[in-house]
Amino acid sequence: MSWFEPKQEKPAIPPAKALWAVCPKCKSHMPKEEWKANNAICPKCNYHGRLSARDRIAQVADEGSFEELFRAVSYSDHLSFHDASGDYKSKVEATIAKTKETESIVMGKASIGGHSVMLGVMDFSFMGGSLGTGTGERIARACETAMAERRPLVIFSASGGARMHEGILSLMQMAKTSAAIGKLKDAGLPYISVLTDPTTGGVSASYAMLGDINITEPKALIGFAGRRVIENTIHQKLPDDFQSAEYLEKHGFIDKIVERKDLKAFIAKMLSYWGF
Amino acid sequence: MASKKTAAKTAQKTSKAKAPTAWDRVQLARDAKRPHLADFLREIASDFEELHGDRLVNDDRALIGGFATIGDEKVLVLGHHKGATVEENMEANFGMVNPDGYRKAMRLGKLAEKFHLPIVTFVDTPGAYPGDTAEARGQAEAIAKSLEVFAGLKTPIVVVVTGEGGSGGALAIAVGDRILMLENAVYSVISPEGCAGILWRDGKAAPLAAEALKITAADLAKLGVIDEIVPEPAGGAQKNHKLAAANVKKAVLKAIKELKKLATEDLMAARYEKLMKMGRFN
Ligand SMILES: [Zn+2]
Repeated sequence: MSWFEPKQEKPAIPPAKALWAVCPKCKSHMPKEEWKANNAICPKCNYHGRLSARDRIAQVADEGSFEELFRAVSYSDHLSFHDASGDYKSKVEATIAKTKETESIVMGKASIGGHSVMLGVMDFSFMGGSLGTGTGERIARACETAMAERRPLVIFSASGGARMHEGILSLMQMAKTSAAIGKLKDAGLPYISVLTDPTTGGVSASYAMLGDINITEPKALIGFAGRRVIENTIHQKLPDDFQSAEYLEKHGFIDKIVERKDLKAFIAKMLSYWGF
Repeated sequence: MASKKTAAKTAQKTSKAKAPTAWDRVQLARDAKRPHLADFLREIASDFEELHGDRLVNDDRALIGGFATIGDEKVLVLGHHKGATVEENMEANFGMVNPDGYRKAMRLGKLAEKFHLPIVTFVDTPGAYPGDTAEARGQAEAIAKSLEVFAGLKTPIVVVVTGEGGSGGALAIAVGDRILMLENAVYSVISPEGCAGILWRDGKAAPLAAEALKITAADLAKLGVIDEIVPEPAGGAQKNHKLAAANVKKAVLKAIKELKKLATEDLMAARYEKLMKMGRFN
């Protein structure tokens, strides 16, 4: 580092933003350190915030048990897609450099409370957790390996839906993953789907809603269409709790809302009920 | 597969003629005068018995199902219903299906499977209905379940994309063994307007988005998403319903005849492999 640093006109991040976290549900402020220490859970309203795939794996998988698979299966730019802000390839490469992940789902073998499973965890920071061809391929391969080794499948979803930069082939991943999961379920293997904040669009409308059980965390956003699209369609304001975990449970689409601290034990308990 | 070659050949032929842009085709696909489900049925089926309801809450008019005779084949027909008049548009919710419609499709699909009758689906929707009631009744679950169920139905499924293939709402009845697509139909993960709004931050950029998303029949044949392009009369299907429907009938009957030759386990293995190949790379 040089002895002389020019005075910075504008700091890259405003200090207030750097130090304070704001709960997206109840808007209460707290120091970022406190948010982190509380495992991204709001101490005021119990909203369970987003975790990176790696943090989630560390919390759910037994220590040292996670063995990552399919890391070489990454995105594919079948359409040579570009939009107003540039091309998809540069965008996704920048995401890979920043997140150190190569797709929106991290997949691998693991054990959860002593139960061997195939574990997939989506990372919302990878292009909004969007479902791309690489994501779909990882899930399809995970199903094949799980069937070969008789492992239950556990997927944590966090996604805004299909990745439009991959066009029609991203849409086709909805069918591909649903077919693979159907085959796994037909083979008598359990599939536990954990829908975390947020799980919407093409991901909620495919593998995320197909669990033998579907579980979620408090106040997670889960739905098909976006709130604004719906409001524009029906010309009405929607209630605050619309598309929340609690709303989904009340309407019969979620088996149980489980607190983050209890998730690992709950999954292990279900697997032991089912003899896995 | 032979049908893939045919698709590529048709694609070449199509692009040699004065080629409409992707955006032109979006307009053609949405043309109110384009043949809709009722028009196709009138032209290609010698009879049709509609069956109603999901056995849960409702009979969704945006998705019609029933048994029909096409040529010498007895089949189940499922299709989006947009309607031709304003009253019909309203009744059919402009072809935007609620969860009840997909649940009706699954119920009838299982009935066709029971008697091993082929299923023919007609796809023409702007998308699944984005409404509060649709969410309350589980739009996401209904689409997801449809994908799982149709991937596993032990009977031949022929899909015809006739107009707008609008995202998940289209795909929910578009999993099958042969995917046919009319020359001017479009099929996309998101509407060009929706994509332009998000990635261009300007809905007026829809023609650019339509181009970038690769949503035409020729594009989809190249990507291996569809098996065959069904030619339309000069100027588009709206110019001559009879001719458009005759082409559809011919392609559907040919596909059914081919699929019926397969043993069920081979049919299922091929459908699974077809889905697994989507976007696969080494
Ligand atoms: Zn809060």
